[in-house]
Amino acid sequence: MASKTTQNGTSLRSGPTSLMVDIVKADFPLLDQTIHGHKLVYLDNAASSQKPRVVINALLDYYRKTNANIHRGLHTLAERATDSYERTRDHVARFVGGVDREEIIFTSGTTESINLVAASWGEENIHEGDEIVITEMEHHANLVPWVILAQKKKAVLKHIPITICGHLDLSQIDDIITPKTKLLALTHMSNVLGTINPVEELAAKAHQHGAVVLADVAQSMPHMPVDIPSLGVDFCAFSAHKMLGPTGVGILYGKRELLDKMPPYKMGGEMIREVRFDHITWAELPFKFEGGTPNVADVVAFDAALTYLEELGMQNVRNHEERLTGYAFERLSELKDLEIQGPRETGQRGGAISFTDPNIHPHDISTFLDSRGIAIRAGHHCAQPLMRVLGKVATARASLYIYNDEADVDQLVEALIEMRRYFGV
Amino acid sequence: MNESLDEMYRDIILDHYRSPRGKKPLEKTDIASEGHNPSCGDEIDVELQVDDDTVKDVHVNCHGCAISVASGSMLAEIVKGKTLAEAFRIAELVKKILKGEETEIPEDLGDLDALKGVRQFPVRIKCALLSWVTLMEGLKDYKSGQRGGKSSVSTDDDKD
Repeated sequence: MASKTTQNGTSLRSGPTSLMVDIVKADFPLLDQTIHGHKLVYLDNAASSQKPRVVINALLDYYRKTNANIHRGLHTLAERATDSYERTRDHVARFVGGVDREEIIFTSGTTESINLVAASWGEENIHEGDEIVITEMEHHANLVPWVILAQKKKAVLKHIPITICGHLDLSQIDDIITPKTKLLALTHMSNVLGTINPVEELAAKAHQHGAVVLADVAQSMPHMPVDIPSLGVDFCAFSAHKMLGPTGVGILYGKRELLDKMPPYKMGGEMIREVRFDHITWAELPFKFEGGTPNVADVVAFDAALTYLEELGMQNVRNHEERLTGYAFERLSELKDLEIQGPRETGQRGGAISFTDPNIHPHDISTFLDSRGIAIRAGHHCAQPLMRVLGKVATARASLYIYNDEADVDQLVEALIEMRRYFGV
Repeated sequence: MNESLDEMYRDIILDHYRSPRGKKPLEKTDIASEGHNPSCGDEIDVELQVDDDTVKDVHVNCHGCAISVASGSMLAEIVKGKTLAEAFRIAELVKKILKGEETEIPEDLGDLDALKGVRQFPVRIKCALLSWVTLMEGLKDYKSGQRGGKSSVSTDDDKD
């Protein structure tokens, strides 16, 4: 049944340039509910996306028909489970633009992917006086591991500042990325500002100096076509749960020549070739980095999420969100003095819209919107250094995805108008 | 359908939020403490003018949500005129009320009753607690003889 639904998907769910949102919406069982008596409007997609029926079914099917531990078993179920798990790896390798399957490592999430690079590559390659370059708009996941590594190694942590419009300020870039730079770690799309960063250009610059480049694509991969080979980076990290997949699955892409030289990160079963008490040889890629039983079921179900997105077409996803972001800006401008962070040009940003009200704290905004059935996020969004630059303790953030439409934005704007009356400030 | 929302943002809370008490700076500051709530970024300064172990005046400056501002404003109103020991006991009582360990509220502390609605929103309890733990920190340091400096506390330190 699942495959029939998806086969029909291509023509049903996407038009020539965008999405048929009503049909897409109906694929997400969770969205069909009321919260505090209002139709649920889910606008917290930058934190985690909802799951279509095909993904939920894939997860159930796996436990009903396939479940076994992978790679070591010599029985039918173990072979089936291994095949399904490895099929997802092939699928990810195709989805990200055609890389080698050995370059795709499954982790628990973006955070673990980046920690793996910091612990394994960073430990061996960053030395005293080396420079690590990040940006002012990094999520803590792509910030804390580098702060700690720099401290430990007595390396220097530098950052690319942002402009008042929420873009990277590249005016002094030649003073920031220098021959001393060993690593450039930057986000492709900001989870707070929505900004899409010129990763290709900066990666090329860093490579001129022999540096290694890591891109955090957790926010971009779910929302636009991302082609890792053309980004030209050495490492990429993202999470399945932000792109219709289950929680607990992350992906690390790494260039084979780097991964080959890196030591394992988790020691245990699966990641070894031969073990003696006095000598151990590591398994080949990618298994060297997947010690222990991985999150098989969720990886298997992620395959269905990738298929679903491919059938929508990632360019269609992008077009839809770009248009809806423009509509949201237009409607939000009706609220006088509401301050929106990040670039206004919809072509240069994604659909995460952070905003503040001059008189109402983001937490009060979030609590009020929840009472009207609207889920947004409020807080520092795991980007405290950026919040300091913006001069905010917190922001409210509404973030869009494939199942959101104009009616959702309307419900948000009407609730915000009502909120101002409610608080009377 | 929005009963719980109105339960948290009661009229008394919204009134304190819209026009917080204790905004006026003190003539003389004897106890100063600052508190912050790292999970939401709320920040507060609580200052007391003390005369003969009694709170002569209170200044509260809070950057935060409606709940933390209103709670701080109530503090300014309630603590003024109380002895330092009474002020500390009231702060302890507020902690108990917010944690659901105490439901009886003395008549002269009537406004505090409005904070009960916050209990339905567990993530917001820290907001309501912020001003009171900040006050307690200042009082503790003052009592132990650490005077003249500024006490500092984070709601994340409050583990009980």
